[in-house]
Amino acid sequence: MTTEQIYVKLLPIVKTYLPEDVAADEINPDSDLTGELNINSAHLVDIVLDVEDAFEVEFANEDMESLRTLNDAIAIIHKKI
Amino acid sequence: MNQSEILAKLPYSKPFLFVDELVSISEDGIEGVYIFKPSEFYYEGHFKDRPVTPGVILTECMAQIGVVCLGIFLLKNEPIEELQIALSSHQIDFYKPVFPKEKMTVVSEKVYFRFQKLKCSVKMLNEQNELVAKGTISGMINHTSH
Repeated sequence: MTTEQIYVKLLPIVKTYLPEDVAADEINPDSDLTGELNINSAHLVDIVLDVEDAFEVEFANEDMESLRTLNDAIAIIHKKI
Repeated sequence: MNQSEILAKLPYSKPFLFVDELVSISEDGIEGVYIFKPSEFYYEGHFKDRPVTPGVILTECMAQIGVVCLGIFLLKNEPIEELQIALSSHQIDFYKPVFPKEKMTVVSEKVYFRFQKLKCSVKMLNEQNELVAKGTISGMINHTSH
């Protein structure tokens, strides 16, 4: 899978958990998921669980710790598929 | 970890402790009880001259037994110096009112516990074993060890 293909599949998952005060067009690959997009830590877990299902991968605790942006997620997914 | 060790680690005290006793506990779920004492502070105003346990208090009781006590048990292998907990979401349906003196049983089943998020399917039953409330509650459970 290319980075672009991963991004396209990842975007709708993240959009599901955006709070109402953040517009979907504010998402870019370097947006900080919690700091800028205002996703709370519980929804960050939901995103990871959805990503695991969508890409058939499993995140480890270290992956969770290094996950700040969509680019981080893409890098983690790349390593695992 | 036994029930008194779990209760000792609970970060609540009167008037906001809603766990009397734990009946059973495992990796998959927990069951506990709480008696709503007539002297509880909110009966004075909810409602005027007609005490009924507020739904938010029932939810709190379900969360303390069903999520926090279970979470403490699931963290048992980790040294808990300082427990950090936060309610992240809940969706509860209520079926019957709960009056002062009623003894309630909370039964919780773990849906998952990953990356500090514990999600549970929780129900509350009265002494006639009738369903009073049920739903899902999620919380973040973390700890710092020094």
